[in-house]
Amino acid sequence: MANVALRNVKKAYPNGFEAIKGVEFEVGDGQFCVLVGPSGCGKSTLLRMVAGLETISSGEIDIGGRVVNQVEPADRDIAMVFQNYALYPHMSVYNNMAYGLRNRGMAKPEVDTRVQEAARVLELSAMLDRKPRQLSGGQRQRVAMGRAIVRQPKVFLFDEPLSNLDAKLRIAMRVEIRKLQRRLSTTSIYVTHDQLEAMTLADILVVMSAGQVEQIGNPLEIYQKPATTFVAAFIGAPPMNLLSPRDSGIKLGGPGSEAGMVGIRPEDLAIADGAAPDGGVALDLTVEAIERVGAETYIYGLRAQQAGQSAVSSKPGELPPGEVLVRIPGQEGPAIGQKIRAVAPREKLHLFTADGRKRLN
Amino acid sequence: MVEQEGIRRYVAHVILWTGIIIVAFPVYLAFVASTQDNAAIANGQMSLLPGGHFLETYYQTIFVGTSGSTREPVGNMMFNSMVMALLIAIGKIAISIISAYAVVYFRFPFRMPIFWIIFITLMLPVEVRIYPTYKIVADLHLLDSYAGLSLPLIASATATLLFRQFFMTVPDELLEASRIDGAGPFRFFWDTLLPLSRTNMAALFVILFILGWNQYLWPLLITTRDDMQTIQVGIRKMITTSDALTEWPMVMATAVLAMLPPVFVVVVMQKLFVRGLVETEK
Repeated sequence: MANVALRNVKKAYPNGFEAIKGVEFEVGDGQFCVLVGPSGCGKSTLLRMVAGLETISSGEIDIGGRVVNQVEPADRDIAMVFQNYALYPHMSVYNNMAYGLRNRGMAKPEVDTRVQEAARVLELSAMLDRKPRQLSGGQRQRVAMGRAIVRQPKVFLFDEPLSNLDAKLRIAMRVEIRKLQRRLSTTSIYVTHDQLEAMTLADILVVMSAGQVEQIGNPLEIYQKPATTFVAAFIGAPPMNLLSPRDSGIKLGGPGSEAGMVGIRPEDLAIADGAAPDGGVALDLTVEAIERVGAETYIYGLRAQQAGQSAVSSKPGELPPGEVLVRIPGQEGPAIGQKIRAVAPREKLHLFTADGRKRLN
Repeated sequence: MVEQEGIRRYVAHVILWTGIIIVAFPVYLAFVASTQDNAAIANGQMSLLPGGHFLETYYQTIFVGTSGSTREPVGNMMFNSMVMALLIAIGKIAISIISAYAVVYFRFPFRMPIFWIIFITLMLPVEVRIYPTYKIVADLHLLDSYAGLSLPLIASATATLLFRQFFMTVPDELLEASRIDGAGPFRFFWDTLLPLSRTNMAALFVILFILGWNQYLWPLLITTRDDMQTIQVGIRKMITTSDALTEWPMVMATAVLAMLPPVFVVVVMQKLFVRGLVETEK
């Protein structure tokens, strides 16, 4: 049991590339911390630095009150679950789990107790004699988890452990990982690029972009009050609408009227006939596309002044400029080509500076 | 396999049988000759069916030897060849797997130059460097010894390259998982890399054993004593006789005996050998 603290951690490669540009956060004892960000943002590198698989260029990593910058991975009292599981292909499930314990010189009966216990928890007892290649993806994943928990480490590190599983299994394993972590109450750091995994697993969410921390906090707090437009667009699916008041003709009064960027979550927009509610925003849209997923309906609309231009997304996962996404409950909705008005109340608006680096409300 | 119909199937079989006969007939003939009476062979009246001297000839060959220029029993030659082939095969595998491990997994100064030096030795087989190699072996007083027979042939760029290529396909995460599991460089090598290389080692062993067994030029150069002679050199010496008739049945028996160990190695290790060449177990 331990807390993990990162103090101004940096990583620069010999070719001058700065992968991590000064990261600072602390994970409390027993907490589940999720590092999330687009690929290439440095989240895996950061995790590997905590594990000791990458050197630290400057700053300090502290596990349980001990600075571990110069400590070998095996002596950091951590266990890691890899994306491709990294099971020893020639060893049985039992030996895969027991290997690390034997290397530490643990007595045979103790090794056996721990492995049997982990196998029982993970429902692997019937498969202890099998080789990894005889297991399904989900079972391999559980062996990798087993290898981590038999160690009874201070910290679990997960490097995108679910990304090789199919969608259904991923959800099941996600719940299992969370339950297991709750029961063992071991401090955990989990890396993922899937914001849904991040939201559902995290006690503390660390959103990263380009080697820097964008925002740290409780997942719902981050969802409700994203600190930058990057976080606003990254957290939440479908993504938040980000509009520039100047282009979209939004007039904001009172505090925050200087905002250069306005964000509106798709679910905060409603279809209405009249004017915007007190101080809110009204957008006149032409319906371009409709997605009905059953419980709710997504309406993609082009803003009136942009109608006629084809909208092409500049970045994957983000809406193309001029397009606004409205999310309404149920299966009813307008038809394609229809003109609608979407309104959002003032208190649901997220106001940012024009460069998107600072939140104003 | 594609199942073939009617005539095409027969044509295929005819072609295959023709091939088998072309390859197997000389071997069969050697065996037949080894069971015949020497006079019959010398007269050119050799029958195509095995004769009645099988036990006699083979006993004479293995335990006594010819009465010609080499009187060494072939059993002893086979032992020499076996020791040399095993030393070469095992030595080559041991040396090259260790050097490949160093080149792939460790960062040390001049790592790539060292790798290229190993690579360049591919272009320098024994035949090319035979004089300096002989000089070194002679200076080390290793003539007429097993060390002299095998050491100069042990260093192997081919095997080093093969293991290097294999190691580079082993996922890095395995090394990282080992590091977290507290396995140092030696344990990682012994517990993970060696077991994973098993099929590769078997495939190499088959190739290298046969290579070592069939060495001719080098043993011919550095062995002068009859009791250090290898079987390949021995056969040649048996044929040359100064005044007597070449004892063909014994020469042929020796040839048959010389074929047996490589055949045995291939048959025993065939499964592993094929797996080593086609399958990767990762």
